[in-house]
Amino acid sequence: MAERTGTRTDDENLATPEAAALREAIALDERPTRPSPVSATLTFAWRALLKIKHVPEQLFDVTVTPVIFTLMFVYLFGGAIAGSTEEYLQYLLPGILVQSVLFTTVYTGYTMNTDITKGVFDRFRSLPIWRPAPIVGALLGDTVRYTIASVVTLLLGLVLGFRPGGGVVGVLAGVVLLLVFSFALSWVFTILGLVLRSPNAVMGVSMLVLMPLTFASNVFVDPATMPGVLQGFVKVNPVTHLVTAERGLMAGTAGWDDVAWVLVAAVVLTAVLAPVTMRLYKNRS
Amino acid sequence: MSDDLAVEAHGLVKHFRTGKSVTRAVDGVDLAVRRGSVYGVLGPNGAGKTTAVRMLATLLRPDAGTASVLGHDVVRDADAVRSVVGLTGQYASVDEDLTGLENLVMLARLYGFTAPGARRRANDLMGAFGLADAAARQVKTYSGGMRRRIDLAASLVMSPEVLFLDEPTTGLDPRSRNQVWDIVRVLVDDGATVLLTTQYLEEADQLADRIAVIDHGKVIAEGTATQLKASVGEGSVQVRVAEADERPRAAEVVERVLGTAVVLAPDPTALSARVPEDGGDAVARLLPALAEAGVSVPEFSLGQPSLDEVFLALTGHETQDDSPTTESEVA
Repeated sequence: MAERTGTRTDDENLATPEAAALREAIALDERPTRPSPVSATLTFAWRALLKIKHVPEQLFDVTVTPVIFTLMFVYLFGGAIAGSTEEYLQYLLPGILVQSVLFTTVYTGYTMNTDITKGVFDRFRSLPIWRPAPIVGALLGDTVRYTIASVVTLLLGLVLGFRPGGGVVGVLAGVVLLLVFSFALSWVFTILGLVLRSPNAVMGVSMLVLMPLTFASNVFVDPATMPGVLQGFVKVNPVTHLVTAERGLMAGTAGWDDVAWVLVAAVVLTAVLAPVTMRLYKNRS
Repeated sequence: MSDDLAVEAHGLVKHFRTGKSVTRAVDGVDLAVRRGSVYGVLGPNGAGKTTAVRMLATLLRPDAGTASVLGHDVVRDADAVRSVVGLTGQYASVDEDLTGLENLVMLARLYGFTAPGARRRANDLMGAFGLADAAARQVKTYSGGMRRRIDLAASLVMSPEVLFLDEPTTGLDPRSRNQVWDIVRVLVDDGATVLLTTQYLEEADQLADRIAVIDHGKVIAEGTATQLKASVGEGSVQVRVAEADERPRAAEVVERVLGTAVVLAPDPTALSARVPEDGGDAVARLLPALAEAGVSVPEFSLGQPSLDEVFLALTGHETQDDSPTTESEVA
């Protein structure tokens, strides 16, 4: 075994043009300095956008699901619940918007688990960067998907006859509030993504979380007719407050208490779940 | 702590719990890797190689023991370790959905390169690794050999001082394998330290200055390839004498110097003898002793056992053990 001293040898293997090119490419004149947390986070958000560019199929879910949900529920329940589909649409649309977007948040956990299974996350974990950057960046990238789902649902609603009294400002405020809440709720799915073993398991369990969260709320009907126990749950369900706030903002009649409730819920969710996520992320085996 | 060491580990332990049983994946591993050397960690599947490397690369926290890379503790000073270490392996992968170039640009950005700087660095590496034509293709379309090269390129974006390669050539065809070996040689020639795990004895023999043989989470032997082979004591000396009537005298000398039984070959001028454990010195004394006894020796060769034989002798089982159950399980 030759002593390796770092000096160049005349070994035939190492004198090829390829080896020379390799040397030159690997050599680094000056080491860059560590990127800021913001820069690292934005790089991961850029990655999420690149993935949308390369795998446009993933947008299928955020475009087709809202359309199916909206059409199905409006025409299925409209006549029975509100007397006419027109009438029901005014009530349902802010709710179905919330449901559509919240359903797309599960992909956060799904893609994260896929990254873990494929070993991509371990490369990120081996980098000298601000530790939450890969997760926060992915969540930021996901807000693009939520925005797309929102726009699709709203456009369809307008075509079908949804006439929000709050105007453009009210609708925009509603979308922003929804994005904030979705970002906060995504931390539930990052945890599932880190804990569960396969992307499909993440999908399954996430649906189990989302189903009661969105259906046992005021998305579809007024909770007044529900049994007491269920009403109790509906009242504390943050989705109920979110939907109430959305209806208020879009109709131009929002009370600050509902909006504030949602914002507080978003802060609490993030404050509790983000550290749990980071702990799991750091100690993953 | 020695300045001379790039990687140092003492008593590293990691167990994994599945239900009630605990698997001691790594069970007290010591390693000392000199700066600028290639260190091979050799063992079958499930021996604990990957787990050990993951601890050294700060991806796993050891349950016991300490380890440091270039003097930085892997637990207390993990970020410093991350900034000097490059990592390639089954578990540190690139994003298959992105193109090769995008992957390298992303990593360069994450190491702090400016946007144009990152693009330049990525393009340089793609070219040097023979991937320029595939730069705009998604990695999932790459062949096995290209895939391994982009993985290697990804770990070299920042020109790391210490490189961990986890089974860098598993599943590659001989040509791609040779390419990877050439890349490793260039890196080490330029002063990097490489720690590689492998199931292939030939790979360790070809690349590594020193080798640790690991089995059931423990280092069962350590040394240069030559020392490992010698420690098993199954090498043999072949001697050919000029005239058949010199053979008895030669046999007597060989037996006296080596202390092992001489085997007389069917060829009346040839004989051989096993080299005993730690018999290196004895072998060195053998030629002068033969000359002193007046025996002329036109042919003298030292046959060594292959590393396969070494592994079999050390562990009592074959190297290509694919069952994951080789990990020891204790309740």
